[in-house]
Order: sequence, then structure tokens, then C-alpha cells
Amino acid sequence: MAEQEVKLMKGNEALAHAAIRCGCDGYFGYPITPQTEVIETLSELKPWETTGMVVLQAESEVASINMLYGGGGTGKRVMTSSSSPGVSLMQEGISYMAGAEVPGLIVDVQRGGPGLGTIQPSQSDYFQATRGGGNGDYYILVLAPNSVQEMADFVDLSFELAFKYRIPAMILSDGVIGQMMEKVVLPPFKPRRTNEEIIKECPWAATGCKGRKPVVITSLELKPEIMEQRNLQLQEKYRKIRENEVRYETKFMDDAEYMIVAFGSAARIAEKTIELARAEGIKVGLFRPITLWPFPEKEIAEAAKKLKGILVAEINAGMMIEDVRLAVNGTVRCEHYGRLGGIVPEPEEMVKALKEKFL
Amino acid sequence: MNDIISPENLVYKKPELLNDTHMHYCAGCSHGVVHKLVAEVIEEMGMQENAIGVSPVGCSVFAYNYIDIDWQEAAHGRAPALASAIKRLWPERLVFTYQGDGDMACIGTAESIHALNRGENITLIFINNAIYGMTGGQMAPTTLIGQKTSTCPYGREPALHGYPLNLSEMAVTLPGTCFVTRQSVENVASIRKAKAAIKKAFTASMEGKGSSLVEIVATCNSGWKLPPVKANKWMEENMFKQYPKGDLKDTTNL
Amino acid sequence: MKAEIIIAGFGGQGVLSMGKILAYSGLMENKEVTWMPAYGPEQRGGTANVTVIVSEERISSPILSQYDVAIVLNQPSLDKFESKVKPGGILIYDGFGIINPPTRKDINVYRIDAMDKAAELKNSKVFNMIVLGGLLKVCPIVSTDGLNKALYKTLPERHHGLIPLNMEAVEAGGQIIEKV
Repeated sequence: MAEQEVKLMKGNEALAHAAIRCGCDGYFGYPITPQTEVIETLSELKPWETTGMVVLQAESEVASINMLYGGGGTGKRVMTSSSSPGVSLMQEGISYMAGAEVPGLIVDVQRGGPGLGTIQPSQSDYFQATRGGGNGDYYILVLAPNSVQEMADFVDLSFELAFKYRIPAMILSDGVIGQMMEKVVLPPFKPRRTNEEIIKECPWAATGCKGRKPVVITSLELKPEIMEQRNLQLQEKYRKIRENEVRYETKFMDDAEYMIVAFGSAARIAEKTIELARAEGIKVGLFRPITLWPFPEKEIAEAAKKLKGILVAEINAGMMIEDVRLAVNGTVRCEHYGRLGGIVPEPEEMVKALKEKFL
Repeated sequence: MNDIISPENLVYKKPELLNDTHMHYCAGCSHGVVHKLVAEVIEEMGMQENAIGVSPVGCSVFAYNYIDIDWQEAAHGRAPALASAIKRLWPERLVFTYQGDGDMACIGTAESIHALNRGENITLIFINNAIYGMTGGQMAPTTLIGQKTSTCPYGREPALHGYPLNLSEMAVTLPGTCFVTRQSVENVASIRKAKAAIKKAFTASMEGKGSSLVEIVATCNSGWKLPPVKANKWMEENMFKQYPKGDLKDTTNL
Repeated sequence: MKAEIIIAGFGGQGVLSMGKILAYSGLMENKEVTWMPAYGPEQRGGTANVTVIVSEERISSPILSQYDVAIVLNQPSLDKFESKVKPGGILIYDGFGIINPPTRKDINVYRIDAMDKAAELKNSKVFNMIVLGGLLKVCPIVSTDGLNKALYKTLPERHHGLIPLNMEAVEAGGQIIEKV
């Protein structure tokens, strides 16, 4: 089967191919390194001639995210991608989408900051992604791929979850995963939903009010009593997501005395770290949160019970470590190792950090 | 009284799309009239069930409460971005934005210009009353030189505040626009012309002719601190000089 | 078998594409591969480099501290990566423009004068294929057959006529590489 063919491509390219294959209706984006291959690949593949998917280079990330809001508000599967400074610009729109309960997919191929920063890889948008990022009491679903395969696989998963809960979903990637080439099996083709299917499946969407009362997609409510109720509904939704959608992976944990908690590309580096450390007789395992929000806090607390220490390895100055510490609540010592400003830590550095902090 | 309420005596009624919700607009405000025209045109085109409107941030943020079609409420200035995506994803729908001067010509200038320049098959309805109404009378990008507002209490002065922005004249130069017009709704003749303009713009968008910008030079009695009749007069004497009425561009052949 | 390889040089020397062809060759032989460029215009140390891993097993980190093989094509790259070759590993360098040659005794150092050879062949574009030929001679991580297939896979059809020329360059590279 041609669809099962193993390809070699960059994470950014795999993401673009996956979007077309999983029935995405529209992509809206603005070029920024290190994710520009996404819109370049889409533009080269011309999906508007095959699946009918719309691809539009917007005038800014501000416009991109509001195109996402508009498109998602009509029940279409729409996505955008950017890198850190561009995703900062999108926060207003993401907040509106969260408030109006509009589904959509945002991909952040992170680079170092703050500000214009650097174009090299980083994971320093963790707080921005997992704390909502814009104004108001909200969360978005955050998935962190650690391979080119997951860059492809998480597109459909994100759309499914985004529509299931009417929530913006984010793929929080980074320059390593976006720029790296490795083997990938692209997802099978899935047709775009027809307009009739969308109208049936998304009665909340602004599709034209044939045969029903008009709908309004809005985050505005001037009466605080009603606004509080809407917020409570959102919080109830977030509780359900926390209960049902936590995803994570563990490795080498059976006999582990220490655990590295890492996500995305840092988890790949951590795996090598563990290979090297175990060769020296250090019993260390890996806990990789796949959903960063909802965070696998119960699962980490459970894993921590038999440990002597936890090293949180991130390509930032210490962000996820706050969630890990909250999860273990003082029962185990948690230390951090990270590099900043676009420097990616090497496996040997992590081994050294593990030894220095715990042995 | 009840005797005369019978179908054969009916000479005028509001469009059905305009519901009975009590409008929050000030007495004398132009928004109510333009809302009615939008509703009438949609009804006349038979697009009630196929229209998607995008409302702004500003006084007309609640436009969705008054016209019974599907709406999306945009962030400040971003309505043309929403409308661009909606129209591209649902090309058979009638898609329009309804925005004030702050929304369209200040915070959202980039989105307005680029949507128009891409030739999106949408209509941008632009209510220009030269003041920020909702926040209580601050300077707008279109505030006239010398005009007093709460953020230019001694009158707009170019050295301090820059100049009024003529967005429609800018839109004329964009190859993506097919119809750019400036109208007003202060009397019956003007209202009729404004309605015809909205209809032409909506029709052009459904025929795939490109973007239309319908500017309505409007009054804001509360912001201008003038009673309605005087406000109309002030608009005629001052606003029309800076913002001359008429079709600025029309390549629709409609 | 697993080879963790760094290829480094100046931008424009074909460093990234050499790595890509190597990765595709691994793919042709059903091996696991990763190709991780130090991307962008301003690289650390002023070099363009790419890490290629070809392995029979799943690859953990695409980012490495040490390498089985380092191919260095200019002085800054040599200075940067000589110390990062694993003991017993391989360092391949082009002698062109090298003022301070490698000094380590615990690794296998090879010299390949691919720059001169490319000039001799009057085709500077096959420079990186000569280097690749040298690599496969001393570290046959993929077969020349796999390489040949990879070229057909990666090059657009209009350039397929150039593949024999490239394979000749690979052959030449295998002949001129010398242990130091």
C-alpha cells in the first residue's frame, strides 16, 4: 500500500503532509524560522487542487490566529503553525478561541527567546503553552511530539480532541523536531468532512442558520453573573479533560532509582542519557509527558514513590519542573537541568548533571 | 387603534431579520439605520440562512443581538481576518464585517487593507463617526483636525495627534477591491443610496468580483455632545469635507 | 551496527546534502536514520554541520556529545570536532586549507584531498560525493548500491543523467582516501 510507505522527511514537512491527509480544511500561517517548511510544503503540494484544503499566507500571526478563529467558528478543521515570537502574537486570538469555545490547531515549533531571541531550538514556551498564554481563566490542550512520526500523528489526534472538547489544541514542538529528518509513516488519507456533515456534527458553529435559530460565536458577556457561569462551565470542561486525556510514556522504569522527566526533543536526549548512565550502573528511567496540559501529575506522583531523585531535563531555565514539584509535593527531591538561548543540551551533559545532583 | 392594524393598511414594516431586542444605541445614532439596511438587503437577496456576519469591538459589538443571522464576534480589529477565512472555507455564504473607525482604520488597519488587497469576496461595512463611542468619546483615526474629544480635549492637532486617515481612498488603490463607496444615512435620500450601495457590495461578493468597502459617514451624538439634528448638520458641514460622499471606485458592472 | 556521524564544513560545501544522501541510503537499506542539521545562517563556531545517525536499531537522541565518525572539511570544524570523536573512532579531513592537522593518536585519522580531486575532475559540485566515497571506503555503513538508489530517490528526474558522474566521484573518493 502506497500509504504505508516509509518516508524520510523533516518534522515540519511531515506535519504538512499529515494535515492534508487527515482532512484539514484550512491552513493559515506566516513564515518564521524554524517552521517555515510547513507552509512551503503545503504551498508546493497544492492541496486545494486535491482535497480542497485552503492554504493562505496571512499578513501576520495576528491575522493567522483570527483566521483560525473565524474558520474554527464555522466548524471547519483549521490549523496554523508558527514559532515562539509568532505564537506570542497569537495569544489574543487563542484566548478568544478558548472563551468562545472554538476548536483549532496551533503548532509552535519553539525557538529560543525572550523577544526575537534566536532561531535555534528551545522549550521555553512551556509556561505560555500550559498556562493558557493569553488573558483569562483558560487552558488549551498541549501535545509534545518527540519524533517526526509524532509530528505527523498528533495532527489528527489534536483535531479529534479539539472538536471533542471545543478547545484550541497545540502541538508544542521545537526546532529539533521540526528540522530533523527521520523515518515516518504518514497517516492514511481521511476525507474532509462535507459541509452537511459539519452542519450536523457542529450545531454550535456559525454556518448559516438554515433550519435552526441563529448562533453567535463570541467570548463576550457583560453581565458578570452570566460570565461567571460560563467560566464555571469552562472549568468543568477542563476538569473532564484532566480526567480523561492525560497521555505519557515511561521507559526503563522497572528497576529505576532515579527518573528523568523530559518532554519533546529533550526526552530523546534523555533516552540517550539513560543509555549512557545505565552503562555506568546508574539505575535511571524516563517519564515523558506527552500531554503537557493536562499534565500527568498523578502518574508522576505514583512513579515518584519508589525513587531517590528526579531530574527534570528541559531546554529552558526550569518550567516543567514546577509542575513536577507540585505533582510530587515534596516527597522526592527534584532537580533541573537545562540549556538556554538555543543551545541544545548533549547527552553527556545530562549524565554529568544527574551525577552531580544526586550521586 | 386595533381596527387600523390590518394587512391592507400596512405601508411599512421593519425587516423580519431585525428582531425585537431593544437596541443599546443612543437616540440619533446611525448604527440602527445601517443595521436595518443590512437586514433588508439580506432579506431581499434571500440570504437569511446563508449569511455569516462578523461583528467588531466598539459600539456595534452587539450587532449580533439585533440581526437574526449567524454571527462571529471578532477581537478588536480582526474581523476581516475572520471573514477572509470564513469566506474561503464557505465560498457559497454571504460573508461581511461590520466595523467602526477604531476597529477598521486603527487597530485593524493591517487586517482591513490586506483582506481588501487579497480581493476576498467579502464586504467590509465601515461606520465612520470620527470618535470612539463605546469607550466614551476618545480620538479616532478619523477624528477631524480641530475636533475635540476626551483624548484631544483642545482639538485634534496634527503636530500632536497626526492626521485623519482616509481609509476608503487607500482602498481605491488596491487591485483587490471592486467597489469602494462612501455614503451616509442622515436623510431618506442618503439612506436609499446607502442601501443600494450595501446591496451592490453584497451582490459583488456573491458573484466573486472581489472585496468591497462600504463606508458610512455617521453621527455620534453622545460622543460629539450634540442633539441628533445638530449632529446631522455638523456632519454635513464638517465630515463631508474630509470624507466626500460617492462611489470612489466601481468595477463591478452591477 | 550503528554509526553516529558528524559532517561539518563551510556553508555551500554540500555538507547538509551529503548528510541527506547518507540518510536516504540508510533508508534504502531499511535502517533507522536521523538527520539533524545545525540550521540557520549563523551557526556556532561559524560552521555548517549535520549529525547523521544510521543504525539497525531505534535511535534515541538525534543530538550527540561524541561521534563514531567526524568528517571535517575546514579548520574551524576540525578544531571543534576532533575532540568529540570517540576513542577508536574515525576522523576524516580534507587537507585543503588545513594549517593545523589533527593530533590525536587514539583515533583513526584519514585524509581525503577531495577539493583537489574535484578540481582535477573539473567539477566542484561532486566534491561532497568524493568525500562520501571516502567515508564508505573506511566505514561501510551503507552500500554503494544503497547510495545509488538514494540518489535516484532524492534527485529530481531531470538530474538523473548526472548520477553516473556522481557514482564515479564516489569511486574516486574511495581510491584517494589515505590513512594518516
